Amino acid sequence: MALSTIGGNGRTTARVDAEIYRQGRDLKGRGFQYLLLSALFLASLFLITLLIQVLTDGWPVLSERFVDFFTGTLRSRSSDDALGIGQGLAGTFWIAIFVIALSFPIGIAAAVYLEEYASENFITSVIDVAIRNLAGVPSVVYGLLGLALFVATRDGNSTLFAGGVTLAILVLPIVVITAAEAIRAVPSSLREGAYGVGATQWDVIRTQILPYAAPGILTGTLLSLARAIGEAAPLILVGAITDRLAPRGDGLLSLDQIFDRFTAMPIVIVGWVQESGRDQGFGPAAGAAIVVLLVFVILMNSIAVTLRNRFEKKRG
Amino acid sequence: MANTTDTGVSVTDETTSDITVEAPTAAAPEAAPASTPVDPADLVFDVSDLSVYYGDFRAVRDVNMTVERNQITALIGPSGCGKSTVLRSFNRMNDLIPTARVTGDLIYRGVDLYDPRVDPVEVRRRIGMVFQKPNPFPKSIYDNVAYGPRIAGQKKGLDEVVESSLRKAALWDEVKDRLGDSAIGLSGGQQQRLSIARAIATQPEVLLMDEPCSALDPIATARIEELMAEIKSEYTILIVTHNMQQAARVSDRTAFFSVELDEHNDRRTGLLVEYTDTAKLFSNPDDERTENYITGRFG
Repeated sequence: MALSTIGGNGRTTARVDAEIYRQGRDLKGRGFQYLLLSALFLASLFLITLLIQVLTDGWPVLSERFVDFFTGTLRSRSSDDALGIGQGLAGTFWIAIFVIALSFPIGIAAAVYLEEYASENFITSVIDVAIRNLAGVPSVVYGLLGLALFVATRDGNSTLFAGGVTLAILVLPIVVITAAEAIRAVPSSLREGAYGVGATQWDVIRTQILPYAAPGILTGTLLSLARAIGEAAPLILVGAITDRLAPRGDGLLSLDQIFDRFTAMPIVIVGWVQESGRDQGFGPAAGAAIVVLLVFVILMNSIAVTLRNRFEKKRG
Repeated sequence: MANTTDTGVSVTDETTSDITVEAPTAAAPEAAPASTPVDPADLVFDVSDLSVYYGDFRAVRDVNMTVERNQITALIGPSGCGKSTVLRSFNRMNDLIPTARVTGDLIYRGVDLYDPRVDPVEVRRRIGMVFQKPNPFPKSIYDNVAYGPRIAGQKKGLDEVVESSLRKAALWDEVKDRLGDSAIGLSGGQQQRLSIARAIATQPEVLLMDEPCSALDPIATARIEELMAEIKSEYTILIVTHNMQQAARVSDRTAFFSVELDEHNDRRTGLLVEYTDTAKLFSNPDDERTENYITGRFG
């Protein structure tokens, strides 16, 4: 019953102080926090190491002959002044066009159908599971599919068309899944509000669901595009060329190259890395090509994130 | 104005004597039947033996009620009694739930709303709905109100529709200078009045309101109630409310729903217990369950 006793349960002010300032408690929580932080650090460490590695490797090439490297072509010797990624960029550009033109509309349409029209029955759930599994199928398997469907049936001609369609099919399930998730996230109050003033199902999809889901769909599609342009394995199977490819003089937008032999950025990189054992000069060239590809991928992901943020701000 | 009930309170009114009876001999007013038929032009809804199911589960059963024009009808009752379910069957919003179905008759102006030939989209244009949670679209205030007319194909005169709808919803003065602003920035009460303006813009005959004030503070609630009294002369209103005082304040007639527990499967089915004039239901209900509920003994 000292003077400093507070309340009825005999707590001294000193004890209250100790309790209330919470000294040294929640050690487990603190420990866990550091564990999570180190996981994040480790993940970033790999990325940073990779970036430093390829930048130091590729920097000489990029800094010495920046423009030439972009317009140059595949060569047998690394010392060749005309060595560059021109054909790889063209192939990757057209693959991106195929992905945008095929997998985006088909994937989004399939997602809208699955989420808005399909009734919940056995077949729908089988399709749903199948799409999720397809998204996890190794990309090599898609390469085999492309080989069988688009190369073997065309007298064994490996064309840009075959590569583009194969990669479009590869990312199609990812587009469907991300679009379906974005559509599912549309609040039911919006649907109800629209139906409640006499909207038809198509009105609701057109004026409420697609606008609301657009940022999510856009993000998903851009991320899947980034994945498509980074894939090498399916293109190897479909027959993209890793060694010399006759230079085309008719430019990036020429439609003729669609049904011609092709290469792409990841293939160029694979080829040069393989060659670097024979001719060390291909090592820095591969590094430079990796830097270019990474910049593209990071740029696309940043655009995806920026667009999503802007849309989300707009919808409040 | 004929005032009809199924429960005995009947106001015999000479003006309703144009009902065709086989014998045209003028019957004495005292001989009028206990339930005076409503002038068909005033009968908006005629519901008989309505049950709503979700799959095999019967959520509400045996709803019998008539709703007259320019009246406010309140649906009250404890949680799970199916009052919202019933309200949503009045404009076929329940169609959005794949497993929902109804049995019985729900006649709107002589048309069975669940006749397969009926277009639910047209039904919802005539019978508008205001929801529990204010649900403005993530668009401008103007576009929210113009939404219904636009999807109905209206292109001209939208400015007038928007203005008159916002005026009727008592929101015009607050938003007239910022019609292009996002509706998301409005307060909860303003958003709910916007929802009402949006529902009014399609020029419906009936407004269904599903607990429109449950997310609002008392001042915003009072505004909505005032608004209901103002627009009553133009619309027939059905309102679901948890708030018995609100039902007593705003409505002409009140339907009390209750729940019954099925011992076999432990599921609750709602039912309409009593439907009569609001004044009578709150002062002298016929059913003991109603009395227990309104006096706070259960629910």
